[in-house]
Order: sequence, then C-alpha cells, then structure tokens
Amino acid sequence: MSIFVNRNSRVIVQGMTGSEGRRHTARMVAAGTTVVGGVNPRKAGSTVDGLPVFGGVAEAMKETGADTTVSFVPPAFTKDAVLEAIDAGIGLAVVITEGVPVHDTAAFRARAVAAGNRTRVIGPNCPGVISPGACNVGIIPADITGPGRIGLVSKSGTLTYQLMHELREFGFSTCVGIGGDPVIGTTHIDCLEEFEKDQETDVIVMIGEIGGDAEERAAAYVRERCTKPVVAYVAGFTAPEGKTMGHAGAIVSGSAGTAAAKKEALEAAGVRVGRTPTETAALVREHLT
Amino acid sequence: MDLYEYQGRALFARHGLPVLDGGVATTTQEAREIADRLGGRVVVKAQVKVGGRGKAGGVKLAEGADEAVTHATNILGMDIKGHTVHKVMLTTTADIAEEYYFSYLLDRANRTFLCIASVAGGMEIEQVAHEAPEKVVKKPIDAVKGVDEALAREIVTEAKFPADVADQVVDIAVKLWQAFVAEDATLVEVNPLAKTPEGRVLCLDAKVTLDANAEFRHPEHAEFADVAAVDPLEQRAKEKDLNYVKLDGEVGIIGNGAGLVMSTLDVVAYAGAEFGGVKPANFLDIGGGASAAVMANGLEIVLSDPAVKSVFVNVFGGITACDEVARGITSAFDLLAQRGEAVTKPLVVRLDGNNAEEGRRILDTAANPLVTRVDTMDGAARRAAELAAQGA
Repeated sequence: MSIFVNRNSRVIVQGMTGSEGRRHTARMVAAGTTVVGGVNPRKAGSTVDGLPVFGGVAEAMKETGADTTVSFVPPAFTKDAVLEAIDAGIGLAVVITEGVPVHDTAAFRARAVAAGNRTRVIGPNCPGVISPGACNVGIIPADITGPGRIGLVSKSGTLTYQLMHELREFGFSTCVGIGGDPVIGTTHIDCLEEFEKDQETDVIVMIGEIGGDAEERAAAYVRERCTKPVVAYVAGFTAPEGKTMGHAGAIVSGSAGTAAAKKEALEAAGVRVGRTPTETAALVREHLT
Repeated sequence: MDLYEYQGRALFARHGLPVLDGGVATTTQEAREIADRLGGRVVVKAQVKVGGRGKAGGVKLAEGADEAVTHATNILGMDIKGHTVHKVMLTTTADIAEEYYFSYLLDRANRTFLCIASVAGGMEIEQVAHEAPEKVVKKPIDAVKGVDEALAREIVTEAKFPADVADQVVDIAVKLWQAFVAEDATLVEVNPLAKTPEGRVLCLDAKVTLDANAEFRHPEHAEFADVAAVDPLEQRAKEKDLNYVKLDGEVGIIGNGAGLVMSTLDVVAYAGAEFGGVKPANFLDIGGGASAAVMANGLEIVLSDPAVKSVFVNVFGGITACDEVARGITSAFDLLAQRGEAVTKPLVVRLDGNNAEEGRRILDTAANPLVTRVDTMDGAARRAAELAAQGA
C-alpha cells in the first residue's frame, strides 16, 4: 500500500493562493493526486484553478474529507499554519517551507506530541512525499520514475531525485523527503518502521548527511528491527567543522555529526553504504536483480 | 550565529540577568575610557570565538586603568588558535566563592529543548558529565510550556544548588529561558554562574548561539553580524543571496540543492585523490531556479577564488529545467565577459533530470571550448579533478 500517501489520499494545500502553492498544486494534480482544495483565511470562498479555497483546515476537512495537508506558507506564518492543521486533527501535515525558525518547529512538534501524535508532520524544509503513480504531496518531480518496490527516505531533496533517477528502471513504493533541519517532524526511523511493515516495499534506501545523530540512531534501529535490506548513502565527508552546508542542520560540531561516524555506525549495523550516489544505486540493484 | 562574549553579555543584561558592568574596546584609547569609567580593578578579556583564551594569555587582571591599557595593548592583535583578537571586553571584577553551570540548548536527538544545570561549574560541562555525571542534571523542556518558576525550582533542587542561592538561581533560570525564547537562541550558556563571598549570584560568562532562520523577526540581531571575520568571498556571495562556503581546494563547485552539492564535494575529493590530491574549492548551492543571472553570479564568485583551476557544474533538474540551466551557463559567459571578468578556466558540466536532453543539446550547439559535457556525476567529477590537476 506504500507509506504515508496513496491513491486514496485527499489533499488540501495551505498557501495554495501564493505563486509557489499554485504552481505546485497544478503539478500535484497533474501527477494524479486528489487535491480537494486549499486554505487561506483571507481568500475563503474563492477558487484557484477550479479548486475551492477554505478559511481554515478544520472547515476544509469537514467539507472535503481531506486527510492530508501540504504547506507552502512563508516561514513567518508556518508555525500557525501547522498548529492549525494539528489542532484540526488532520492525519498528515507535509511542510515544504524552508527557513522556519527552530523554536517554531519545536513548538509544533511539541503540540503534535501533546495531541497524541494524531498528526504526522513531515518536514519542514523538505520536498515532500511521493508514492509514484498514486499520489504526490510536495515538490518531488513525478516524472523521474514510476511505481516499484524500493522505499526511500532522505534528508536531501536533490539527492532523492538523483537516486530516483539512478534507479528509475525499478521504480519506488514511496519516497519521503524528511528535510535537513535540526528539528523535523518525521525521522529516518519513522520511515524505516513504516517501510518495514509495507508489503509493497522490498528494499530500503536511506540518505543521510552531516549533523546530529539521526543516522546513528537509525543504524541502531536497523540492527534491532529491520528484516528488509537497507542501503545507505551519507553526504558530507569533506565538510569542514563548524560550517553550515546549506541545510540548517548540516553542520559538524567537534567530533559530532561527521559523515565518517555515520557510515561507521551504519556499516556496523549491517547496512551497506555507497561512496557515491551511483555506487549506492549499484548496491540497491544487487538486491533487485 | 555564535555571539562574542561581549554580545552575549549585552543580550543577558537586556533580559535582566545579573552581569558585571563593563564595555568593549577595539582600541587602547577606548580601553582606557572604559577602565576609567569602571574604576579600580578590571578584567581584560580577548573576544574570540574559540576556547582556551585564558591559557593563551588572552585574559588578564588589572589593578587600575594604566595596567588595563597595558593588557589591552598586548591582547589586541594577539593570535589565539588562528583567531586574531580585534576586540577586548573590560569588566569590573568579582571574587568567586563557588562556580556553577547553567544552560538551555536545542536537543536535536529528542527534538526539543534541554536544560543542563550543575553545581560543578567553571570547567567544560562535558568534562563534569564524564567525571561526575551525578553532578549534572539534564531536563527536557517542553517547547510550548517552557520554564516557569515552579519548573525552575524543580531544576535548582534537583541539581542541589545550595539553599542560600536557590532563589537567585531560580530567578536567573526563568529569565535565561525568557531570553532563550525571545531571542530565538539555540544555546544560552552561563559558565561560570558564580557566587560571590557576599552571596550574590552573577553570570560571569555568556555563550549564545542564535538561529539564523529567525533573522526575519530580529532585525536588531544584524548588529551581531561579524563582517570583518567572514571570508570576503562568502560575504560577497551572501550579498548576492548565494549559499557559498569557501574551502581550500582547486575544483570550484556549483550545484543545486544542499545535499547534492555536499555529495559533489565528496565525489570530487574521491576523484581528486587520483590526481595528486586535488580537492573541492567551495560549496555553492544555487538552489531551485538557476537563471542566467544566478549562474553568472555563482560563476563569478567561484572564479574569483584564485585557487580555482577548474569548475564542476553539477545539476539535477528536478523542478529546474536543464535547458534553462544550459542557457544560464552560456549566457553567464557573455555576462561575465561584459563585466570584464571573462571566463578563462575550464568548466565541466553534468546535466541530468528535467529536460536534460535539450540542455545538453544547447551546450553542444554553443560549443564553447572551455565547456566539457560529461553525463554522469562520477565521470564529470573525474574530468573536473583531472583538469584542475593539469591547470595547477
């Protein structure tokens, strides 16, 4: 059934009336996603490309049966948009916006936990999630590849696209971009857990990068819980200490967060780690042919 | 963004935290004015963003203004672990009876905030945690509920702060949390939090890291920006809204997306090992829309680095169409020539993804002798490393 999103997902777009929101809504619709409306309190009652705009998430859910929201609202308004989605009790909130202050992310993360984790948050600062051929929530290009039996979870958007492209002859069950911020709603481990359960996924690709210890924790999880093969790639071996490499969370501080430590932990857990994206794809291919 | 101690101290003072009176000087004349105003004994401290300045001779006690000026003269311009001292902070002094530790920070692993408190302060908290873990209290803080007086008292009790300072530390704990939130910090650390022989508790150091993503709601934080210490190329890139980090190799790198660019650096370094240890010269993420102007700005920055011998443009077109990128590259050559910065270094370009065929055709048609098209990432990295080694 893929993970997080499938052909039954009903999607609303927070920030659909903005230029990015509108552009990507059209792309999601073109990819076969059931987009049922958008949210903008100041433009409630209007329509965008034939889709109704609602004043709030709760109202949109009531009117359309939406179970998923994707947010393109600017960083200054992202916290309120996500809190609204959590308070409305929607099942999945995908946050594309880049540049969200970490206090805001920590706040909506805390609210989601306090609400009993009814709402899974993915992101912020992520490309979203795609189950090719069924549903695309976010900005991942839908035309790179089609449905297949590889599951992918990644901190990086373009590396997700690169691996989807390298393995396009096999296709993917679901690709999840979890984002490279220091605090994120959904982790590598959350995705590994879902892929492990997913009957449509045979092999899992995990893409990490410098900063934090999420990859090390994921390695421990794989060792204890995963029966499916996991292949990994880690970016940032040449990153110097103390410099943020593009993503807010991608920084090596002292000996913490290095790519070498992550690779070592993953390999110790039996995960094969490719040296380059192409080599990583070759390792995945071994499990599929 | 990490703040200097004097900036952290000023920020603490703004939030009502007890700090010593003082000021910051960039010249000996300013140091004299501050020492005269403070009167009596003063401490002169080098302002650098690196530990171990005391051992390096960057922290000195002076009995009066003349001695303070002597110390300031010696410390200004000093090199501490590769950091030149441009500023000294002068403060009044306090006798210390006991040293404690208190901080709030972002706890990435648990995706929340953390309070660390200890009655064993004055040294690195990692060392205390290692040698006497029972003396370190770590308390997760709910980002929504925060730290009120009751929670602060709970922490102070749990960390076994002495009864005679408990009320003061509770007050400091609450105000420090308020500062942490109000300033969008990811770290506020007081080490040492000191008790004087008279029983007053003071913040004798201030380590603060601010969240760059929150700059939009803190225009006042712009004053903390340390333009002098930033690499001039990084500064120019920032002015052009480019995400550039200077490294120390020979292959200039331009790519789209932070992860792909990081990966490109690695792949170039692996390939470079075969060509005499050639390395990436920079990180540059031109982001989603790689228009001609953005590509020209990027190329200009990368090529301004005299160490660069070749450039690798690595683009996977997701939303970005590769034909636009290709047009960006060809017109960037013209734009740079018009600016009097004609490109003379070889470029290796790898385009894949959205409209890659058309992008490649545009590059082939333009047939610029400086541009080599290689269609795989690993192959292109090899070629760029090879060209850099030849140009070196």
